[in-house]
This record gives sequence, C-alpha cells and structure tokens, in this order.
Amino acid sequence: MSVRLALFGGIYNNYLALEAALEAAKALGVDEYYCLGDIGAFGPFPNRSFPLLYENQVHCIQGNYDDSIGNQLDNCQCGYTDPRDNYFAQISYDYTLENTNADNQKFLQSLEKEHVLEIEEQRILLCHGSPRKTNEFLWESTTPLHFLDIFFHQREVDCIAGTHTGIKWHANTSLGQFVNVGVLGRPENDSTTNVWFTTLDISRDGIQHNFHPVVYDYDRLSREMQMEGLPDEFIETIQTGRWTTCLEVLPQKERQRLNH
Amino acid sequence: MTSESTTARVTLSHLDELWFQVTGTRCNLTCNHCFISCSPHNNSFGFLSRTEIQKSLEESRQLGVKGYYFTGGEPFLHPEMVEILEDTLKIGPATVLTNATVLKDEWLQRLQQAQSKSRYSLEFRVSIDGFDAETNDPIRGEGTFARAIRGVKKLVHTGFLPIITATRTWKDSEDSSMLSGFLSMLKQQGYSQPRIKLLPTLKLGAEQNRSGGYTDQQRVTGEMLQDYDRSQLVCEHSRIVTTRGVHVCPILIESPDALLSNDLATAAQKPYTLGHGACFTCYQYGAICSNISTGSGPSGASA
Repeated sequence: MSVRLALFGGIYNNYLALEAALEAAKALGVDEYYCLGDIGAFGPFPNRSFPLLYENQVHCIQGNYDDSIGNQLDNCQCGYTDPRDNYFAQISYDYTLENTNADNQKFLQSLEKEHVLEIEEQRILLCHGSPRKTNEFLWESTTPLHFLDIFFHQREVDCIAGTHTGIKWHANTSLGQFVNVGVLGRPENDSTTNVWFTTLDISRDGIQHNFHPVVYDYDRLSREMQMEGLPDEFIETIQTGRWTTCLEVLPQKERQRLNH
Repeated sequence: MTSESTTARVTLSHLDELWFQVTGTRCNLTCNHCFISCSPHNNSFGFLSRTEIQKSLEESRQLGVKGYYFTGGEPFLHPEMVEILEDTLKIGPATVLTNATVLKDEWLQRLQQAQSKSRYSLEFRVSIDGFDAETNDPIRGEGTFARAIRGVKKLVHTGFLPIITATRTWKDSEDSSMLSGFLSMLKQQGYSQPRIKLLPTLKLGAEQNRSGGYTDQQRVTGEMLQDYDRSQLVCEHSRIVTTRGVHVCPILIESPDALLSNDLATAAQKPYTLGHGACFTCYQYGAICSNISTGSGPSGASA
C-alpha cells in the first residue's frame, strides 16, 4: 500500500497557481494535501487563497509570514539583511497585512510550526525553513549532508520537508532524505514562468519524491498585481522567471544559474 | 564594571561555522586597519597543514558543521590552498577571505572545476577598502587597488561571483555614497551584479593604533543580551582553528581567554564571556562574519 501526499511550498498570494496545483494534484490521485507555510506575500488579493485551502482540506504549517500576519507583527520575518530586499519585502508585507481579513488572520495564528506524520511506518517531519528555525534558509549548495543528519538523528524521522528558499531540491543523506518542495508563489529564478510543487509516495519500502511544474495564468496574475499597485519588480519576476528582489540571500551556486 | 550577575555569557547553540586561520598572521600586505596586524613578517600564528585541516574537517562532520571559512593572513600564500578547498568542497560549502592580489588563473580554473563537481558553493570574499586607489591604497598599501581589481576580474572571468568586503573606514553616514561608488566601479570593471558587504572596523591590532581602541564602557553586559537575538553573535555558532588550538571566534585569536581547547568538540561545549571591546562591535552590528551581501545600500529602492 502506498500513500501519496502533495506538498505545496510558499503560496505568496498566488491563488491562481494554487488552483492549478490543486487540479494537477487531484489528477495525480493525491490522498492528502499539505502547505508548508507562507500563504501570503508578493502577489495580489491575499484572501483568495484561503477558500481553496479550506475547501480542499489542505493542512497548513505556519511559515514566518503566517506568524507575522496572524499576530500582526511589524514585518514578515523573512530573514533578509539587505536594505533593498527588506524594502521590497516590507511593501509586500504591508499590503498583505492590510488586505488579509480577520478570520484568515486568526487561521494563520492558529497554525502549528511543524507537523510529524507517521505513514506506513515512515516518519515525515513537515516544517517551513528548518526543524530548528522557521526562517532558516536551507539552500542546496550551503547545506551539507552531515548537517542534515543532525536533524534526522535528533528528531528520529526518515524524511524532512521544508520550503522558504523558493528553490526546490532533494538530498539523500546517510540517515534520511531532505526535500525542499519549492514554492507556488513565484518562479524559481530559472527563466521559466512555471512554479513547482512536490509529491511524496510513501510505502513501507520507502519514500519517493517527485517535483511537478505548475503552469498557470501568469498574465492574469501580472494584471491583477498591477491593478493592486504592487511593484513592477515583482511583476517582472512573474513575467520573466527571474528574481529581481530578495537576491542577496542567494549563495553563489544558486545565483550562478542566471549569473545574477 | 561588569559584576557576576550581569556577565554576558554565550553558549554555542550549534557549530554552524568552522573557521581556519589557514595562513596564521602571514599576509603579503600590511593594512593599517588589520585587527590582528597581519604582515609578511608576522609569524605569531603559523600555517595550518593540509593534514591538520583534513583532521578537523573529519571531526566537524560528527558535529554537523554547516559551513567552512578560510582566513589569514592571506590564505593563498598557503602552498596547498587549492587542495585544501578541493578537500572541503567534498563535504560542505567553503568561503575563502582573500585580498585577491596573488590569485593565479590556473588555481581559479581548478577551483571552478572543483565547485562544478561539488554540490556546494565556493564563495570568495575579497577585501577592498575604497572604490579607487586614492581611498583604498592609503589603508591597504601602494598599488593594492589595481592588484585587487585584477584579482576580481580574474574571479569574474572564471565564473565566480565574489563578495567584495569593505571595512567602514568612513563615517556611517557616508555608507550610501561609498556603496554607490563601489557599485559603479565594479560594474565598470565588468562585474554586472556585484555583491558587497560592509564591515565595521574592529579596534584591535593595527586598527587600534590607527583610530584608537575601545573605551571601558564599550562592553556587552548580561542585561544587553536580554531579548537580543544571540544568533547575531559569531561566538554563538562559530569556532576557529589555529596552530595554537581552537578559539572562540576569528576576531579574538590573540586574546588568551579566547583559546578554548585543543579539540573542536570540547571547544564547542565551552561557553564564552563577552569581555572584549570587539564583542561590543559584534553585538552592535550583528552577523559581521557571515556571507550575506548587499546589492544596493541603505537607500533601498533607489538602486
């Protein structure tokens, strides 16, 4: 027997991509849906993602953005240090906070920071950044396998899934497997306009991951972002698949992909 | 006065960063702001051998170290620096802090190949302290600006994206204009999306002579650490290996109290009391030894 999970990373208000991802996941015969946090940010109309999450019983983990919006904090706790990155992050945060209704804020506040699943004798830890810190960036090129093994050892799990960086990756270590599920919110700086989600097929024999590209109506998203007065820099990213903001946290290898 | 009740004691949460003082205090330059007074003749710390580093790398795997950093002196004075970085990239990400004045194309090509084969990044941090010879050379030495820029161009040509680190020898209020100067100079030199990191001066070593040391009041107290994000402090997540042993952080290697042990595991378990003026700088600015860069400057969207 095998159980298939769909894992969605940061949605960043991109309800159009979420809709497309849910449809794709249904077609794949997914049994359960999870979102690893950061429902808001970046895109337009923050309240539009929530009905999709509620109707499809998507179990959500709290990301740094959700904690901030849910508790009405001053900033998104994204973990950027560059002034320009923080400037744009704040525009997006102020917009999202102002436009997320009270019920949805309460929902965000109620979310748990991690969730451990036990399926077919496999233990899977779902978190946002890392098991030790919600906004920790675990990039493929700066996360040694022996570092991940510390988490597998401490938490006694077979698989850890996270998001937060915006770029998917997977690694098998000597003690388990780590998967960054990617994000639905914006393309992953590879000059394509699609976004990504991940499925896990879990059986007693092991856990198999698969990354799935999501094609969605990014022109409509761009128009709506423009209508809402969101920065041109954000719209450019949606249109080109290249990051124009939040770049300074990128390590060299991830940056070299487009020679940023 | 720091009483026992207000002692600022910091325990390592996890050994995220392991540093190597790979060429000790030996450098081909004699910068007048160097906090450990490195020079061609300063042998107070020696070179670490490749074997010693391999041993520490192996030990570090058990401790779950997240990243490796190589500093000096000038690391590329080490005859086996390329091999040491190749060894490191087999197990984790590496960062090397260099003045870029002695880099050879052949080394960089080998290192680019090593990085391509590895799943990990190799980051270069290049010290340049002004955006032209007039501002840089009085600090770093005659002709060093031109030599460092040649090094940066070699790095960029080989496909690396170096982080230019500049020590703030100017007033804080001039950050914005200095950053603009750096950005336009680097773009002119063919580095289209430069990464820059500004560093505070550390009033130790040669810098103490240049601008004066710390006052007795410039100390971190226990009260100051309440509600403070301790992960901003280098000693909360780092240790450094030198020929003398394992020290609490790269800044304080000359302070006897900062030498914690001969082995990593013991040094990782020892808390440290922030008793130095440099700890105050670390506290004030935060993350001063990390790789996080800036692409713009304090003015944000104007870039």
